[in-house]
Amino acid sequence: MSQPSTTTAAAPGLRALVKDWGSDRQTFHVPWGKAMMWIFLLSDTFIFGSFLTGYMTVRMSTTVPWPNPSEVFSLHIGNVSVPLLLIAIMTFILISSSGTMAMAVNCAYGGDKRNAARLMFVTAAFGASFVGMQAFEWSKLILDEGVRPWGNPMGAAQFGSTFFMITGFHGLHVSAGVIYLSIVATRLLRGRYDGGHGHGPNYQIVEIAGLYWHFVDLVWVFIFALFYLW
Amino acid sequence: MSATAGQQQHPIKLYLLIWGLLFVLSTMSYLVDYFQFHGLLRWGLIILFMLLKAGLIVAVFMHMAWERLALIYAILLPPGALMVLVGLMASEAGHTYLARLLYFH
Repeated sequence: MSQPSTTTAAAPGLRALVKDWGSDRQTFHVPWGKAMMWIFLLSDTFIFGSFLTGYMTVRMSTTVPWPNPSEVFSLHIGNVSVPLLLIAIMTFILISSSGTMAMAVNCAYGGDKRNAARLMFVTAAFGASFVGMQAFEWSKLILDEGVRPWGNPMGAAQFGSTFFMITGFHGLHVSAGVIYLSIVATRLLRGRYDGGHGHGPNYQIVEIAGLYWHFVDLVWVFIFALFYLW
Repeated sequence: MSATAGQQQHPIKLYLLIWGLLFVLSTMSYLVDYFQFHGLLRWGLIILFMLLKAGLIVAVFMHMAWERLALIYAILLPPGALMVLVGLMASEAGHTYLARLLYFH
């Protein structure tokens, strides 16, 4: 895609901002796919932001004690109870997947589509294992601890509803990301983005898919801090 | 390669550094829970590590640091409205809590 930004590129900082927003045809001088992904992620930010705000509201306003996440989500190794162990592992897995995703973007822009696809599959595998661990966590909570969306034996009833809604929605995003990355990586290997008809190869799609994946990791940062550590 | 061309290629060393920093920050926020810190110290550390991690992901992994201001402001300013919502709901929740203590307890 050719960029009509030879004049706008020259102006730095705030002057460029005013010029971009005052321009005739196009405000965002980035590929349209990237601008659209960012706008989608902004709307997703509002969804998760509203979920977390709702969670804050019910947690602050309940007079019944909130179940202690540090104990609820602990794992027993031998006779020792390690707080939040599974959640910590899940956190590290998601961060690792963000790392491999960043590497994939780097490879793609370097023109190395084979390694870019390989790293995207690694990222998707990390994501799939994250979802697997979440399934384990959910079943432990539902079957062993008796947590339900309408109540639980440990305290405030809202614990279950907010937990299942927020982590469920996030898990859905991770699952969608695994599928999305797998599709893009497969297409990348099959040469769909290699160009033709006078165009050279364009691997921008890897960065755009990466934006989505990093966002999923970003949301987990907030869930980890506000739900599990509060 | 310039950011205006829409391509974002940065040295792999930078990504590895950020990756390492995210690991360290996650470990530190986990240790906050492990050592059972309480009160303002716990809150301060949790929020600090959370914002640092979020900032690193958005700025470097999502390349926001190299994007044009027009895009940065369009994406990063609107979530400020969420902060207003948080403020409103926090005061509302405090009110509900006090009402419940007074009438239903």
